[in-house]
Amino acid sequence: MSADNLLEMVLTVPLSKITQDYPFCKDFFLNLRILDVDWELPLEQALGKTNEEAITDFGLDKGMILRDFCQFLETFGNNSGKNVDIKSLTITGGHDKSGSGEIAQWTASVGEIISIVGPTGSGKSRLLADIECLADGDTPTGRKILVDGRRLTDNERFEMDGRLVAQLSQNMNFVMDLTVKDFLEMHAGSRFSKDVSGTIDRCFDCANELAGERFSRDTKLTQLSGGQSRALMIADTAYMSSSPIVLIDEIENAGIDRRRAISILARKEKIVFISTHDPLLALSADKRIVIKNGGVSKIIETSTEEKGCLDSIEKLDATLFRLRNSLRQGQEIKMETVKDQEN
Amino acid sequence: MKLITVAGPPSSGKTSVILKLVESMQVNVKEIGVVKFDCLTSFDNLRYEEAGIRVETGFSGKLCPDHFFVSNIESAVEWGIKSGFKILITESAGLCNRCSPYIQGILSVCVIDNLSGVNTPRKIGPMLKMADVVVVTKGDIVSQAEREVFAFNIRQVNTSARIFFVNGINGQGAFLLAKHLQDTREVTSLRDMKLRFTTPAAVCSYCTGEIRIGEEYQMGTMKKMEFK
Repeated sequence: MSADNLLEMVLTVPLSKITQDYPFCKDFFLNLRILDVDWELPLEQALGKTNEEAITDFGLDKGMILRDFCQFLETFGNNSGKNVDIKSLTITGGHDKSGSGEIAQWTASVGEIISIVGPTGSGKSRLLADIECLADGDTPTGRKILVDGRRLTDNERFEMDGRLVAQLSQNMNFVMDLTVKDFLEMHAGSRFSKDVSGTIDRCFDCANELAGERFSRDTKLTQLSGGQSRALMIADTAYMSSSPIVLIDEIENAGIDRRRAISILARKEKIVFISTHDPLLALSADKRIVIKNGGVSKIIETSTEEKGCLDSIEKLDATLFRLRNSLRQGQEIKMETVKDQEN
Repeated sequence: MKLITVAGPPSSGKTSVILKLVESMQVNVKEIGVVKFDCLTSFDNLRYEEAGIRVETGFSGKLCPDHFFVSNIESAVEWGIKSGFKILITESAGLCNRCSPYIQGILSVCVIDNLSGVNTPRKIGPMLKMADVVVVTKGDIVSQAEREVFAFNIRQVNTSARIFFVNGINGQGAFLLAKHLQDTREVTSLRDMKLRFTTPAAVCSYCTGEIRIGEEYQMGTMKKMEFK
């Protein structure tokens, strides 16, 4: 709907009808503490009867409320599904810390998993940062990031408003004091999800599958274990976040099915970058970017042989997991148990 | 000289954001000045000095910080120009959710942090609503979902501002912010310019030192709650 049409609607249609058609706009009135009006009137007339002082507290007058309400409808009405839609990123090389060139060009496409490996301090985070801000030769590395093969204008970069990239790291926690169910409802609501209960169900089931140890919908977010939190974050990023790029930084000891987790993300039409030292994660990727002295020094496609190693690595991983559990339960570890578990 | 006004609740990361912003601006730190408006005490001047940035700190004391801001901002700009700065950044703490130390036509930045609770953007008021740019900090320690709901709630209150996510510790995100701010207009004086929003008002007996409780001690602008 155009701005003019919106204005006309706001001027003529009773509030009760508008809030029915656009349920999200109730928040507009809640935010301004406008609760006690005649909802059967159009906005201007309805405001005629409200307490002027309450409105001026917010630095508004009635005309401004009218204008702001139109803007609110425009922002949230048209763009309810405004996602950043991209198919590929092309990274044009810059230079490493000593100024020598790095690999000239490589591309990451939707559905691909790309691991980033390299010593601590080698510049993995810098690469993720370049991707996040869609560097245009203007960051310290000189890299250029093209979206679907095209350079973006500065304005297009600002317009991303942080919606391009979803991030996930070991340090992230839930801080909201909500149950899992209320939290998922809140997030789905902010996404104007069409099928709220369906999305919540899928998200919840996926999180439980990844976590291993089950949790209920009524569990408080803050009471989830580390593994459960991480699983819920991944499921939520997969099913609810609109960001087409996922940057994962170290989820090594999360106690979740990591291989499944990243494949679920990749299946949801996302480009997944994982900065990692974990062999299981690194080899689950389609290719890995090797960073050395600040530059991309090598790109290795994961070979069939490497893929073949994954099962053995998973067994090793399972052995370590069981050993940790045995320690937790106060058992003694014997040489044979370690060996037996390996095979 | 370019002028940027930065406001935000206490401990939201204003100083860290400004320091990372300056680092990303690729200008000589000697050409940047900071004026810090605070209430009682502040240690941020040390952090600026450590970064080689000249800083002046003013304490509002018993006055409303916004009143203090508006009565000193003109001189702050004169100081900046006299000192030969290319960029002057003012930093003020918003305390009562009614603060809005922004000037019409002057770039205004509001810094809020993800840890303050997802509904906080809906409660902050003019400081957030009137800002041109909203910087969200501490996103590295909360979940992606909470960041998204937080940004959504910012959008509800301020439909037109640009939102940037900046990590005040490692500076991630500061680069794009710096790039966005580099085209800020030049000012030579603030004389006759206007605030975007009125400052919190109160001229009453308590402003002038009254401390006793009771109807007979209350004079001037007062607002009474209704208990039903």
